[in-house]
Amino acid sequence: MAASGGEVADDPILDAVVAVAASAKVTVTTAGPVQVVVEVGREDYPALVEAARAGGFETFIDLCAVDHLAREPRFDVVVNLLSTQHTRRLLIKVGVPNEDPSLPSISMVYPGANFYERETWDMFGIVFDGHPDLTRLLMPDEWDGHPLRKDYRIGSVPVEFKATR
Amino acid sequence: MSDDTRDSETEGLEGKQVSDGRSHGAEERRRVHDLWVAGTEEPDWVATATDEGAQEMLPRELDPGLAAQRGVTVVDDYGEPTGLRSDELQILNMGPQHPATHGVLRLQLELDGETILRSKPIIGYLHTGMEKTAETLSYMQGGTNVTRMDYLSPFHNELCFSLVVEQLLDVDIPPRAQAIRILMTELNRVASHLIWLATFGLDIGALSMMLYGWRERESVLDFFEKVTGLRMNHNYIRPGGVAADLPDGWETDVEGILEVVRTGLGDYEAMLNENPIFVDRTQGVGIITPAEAQAYGVTGVNARATGLDYDVRKAFPYSGIEQYEFDVPVGQHGDTFDRYLLRMEEIRQSLRIAEQVIETMPPGDYRATDRKVTPPPRRRIDESMEALIHHFKIFTAGFDVPAGEVYQAVESPRGELGMYLVSKGGPKPWRLHVRAPSFATVQALPVMMSGQLIADVIATLASVDPVLGDVDR
Repeated sequence: MAASGGEVADDPILDAVVAVAASAKVTVTTAGPVQVVVEVGREDYPALVEAARAGGFETFIDLCAVDHLAREPRFDVVVNLLSTQHTRRLLIKVGVPNEDPSLPSISMVYPGANFYERETWDMFGIVFDGHPDLTRLLMPDEWDGHPLRKDYRIGSVPVEFKATR
Repeated sequence: MSDDTRDSETEGLEGKQVSDGRSHGAEERRRVHDLWVAGTEEPDWVATATDEGAQEMLPRELDPGLAAQRGVTVVDDYGEPTGLRSDELQILNMGPQHPATHGVLRLQLELDGETILRSKPIIGYLHTGMEKTAETLSYMQGGTNVTRMDYLSPFHNELCFSLVVEQLLDVDIPPRAQAIRILMTELNRVASHLIWLATFGLDIGALSMMLYGWRERESVLDFFEKVTGLRMNHNYIRPGGVAADLPDGWETDVEGILEVVRTGLGDYEAMLNENPIFVDRTQGVGIITPAEAQAYGVTGVNARATGLDYDVRKAFPYSGIEQYEFDVPVGQHGDTFDRYLLRMEEIRQSLRIAEQVIETMPPGDYRATDRKVTPPPRRRIDESMEALIHHFKIFTAGFDVPAGEVYQAVESPRGELGMYLVSKGGPKPWRLHVRAPSFATVQALPVMMSGQLIADVIATLASVDPVLGDVDR
């Protein structure tokens, strides 16, 4: 187990999650009583999510991305899971580089991730490999660019909907 | 669309010149939604789609429905082919301008006769880029933005935003401010559930319920107007506390609301609970199981109606809600009728909390005294240079929030409303993501609606209480 920090050792819930993904490079950032934040590499991410589901985090709460622009890797995808049984949140952070903005889809593990991944693709241009229907969700189909990226210029886009063509 | 669907289409039109979109190139292909003028070349009708791209219903083999997740997460009959030929199926568009969709939600329904096989919610018609806007507004201004997201529970949006900012700010909120916040959010829950009851009644034909619901809600909104100056979009709960103290005599006003709504609740239940039409239209309709609710991220009343006992107020208490006694009602069938019963009981519990707030309202400040965060009292501005500077700085530059990433949730009338805030220092958020409860609920609609009749769509949709401003943001 590559989990860092001694505080994790006494934490059976977290142990169960991290242990399944034994080979995974999982870094525990904070392990509070109500919320655990872990960081994981892109290749270990699906295994960790499946382990989390098996480890009792049965409720899918949220998936969103953050564009750090100058940082490497540029994007963070944050998955927010909840265990109602243990009253605990698990936040999984995955770095996504700008050159290859893609991540395995978890919508087969949590069907609730479907819309959230579509929204993240729509807003950040992060491709979720294996997603059954990765199309724009909130913006019109033929929209150019991904609005929540930090280098997206506000108010500079010619708006033309398909009905006017 | 899939190949076999297209083939069966062309077979049915033997002897006619039917253009195949792919063989003639994309530029020749006529769009389905374009007007077709009789006498011109016949368009390439697509029977299984009414639009293209994100708005097309997926071919069955690619459908992301629960069939694909069988054995992994949930077992459900959603998306099961019934052995029908594709030309017996029909796609019906409902919305976005349909009065029963509570805003601008569009549903594509795949029908076999009147039975719904599959459905696809299409959202985004009300998207106004509020998460992007939030990045351009200071924390002081941010409240005006978030309060407009879920327009039926503005106080919950403001509270969630304030709490998430305060997590990073590390300011102490005075007990009175916390109590006012609880009072306003719980009364807001009452108002929201009342308007839900009104529109739900309207949708399933209990028209008098609509009038009663709006009438009683008005008594709550009158109080909101008296306290905040506005009926909706108050920007009253702000980082650091609330905008103003409660007006004199607020206890009498709240007691008035308690009486009016409690009397009303009795009347509604007498009217609806035993009403055979109401019961027939709601019991066993729009069922979702606990496992499905969890996997789809459905929270709030919709999840508790299935038997899940998860309420953010109990699990992750905020703003001192743990001091008050209240129960969390839990259903067992996960159907429309249970959701109705739960909302009625939640109104009672919220009134119970409001009653306790009247009894225990602590004296003191209504906002933090940290002048870097909250503006100084108006009268101090004339006397103190410091106060003037603080006032000026707060309303021009705003206040800085330390760097960090935090998640905060509150129990909105629609479920877990969460905000994920990323700050890199400075007076504006780097990123503010809103975890909207209606967003997850709308996504789970196909699960609730498959196998039902069209008429049940209205009841199901209305019963989960989606607010499209919350869905699209």
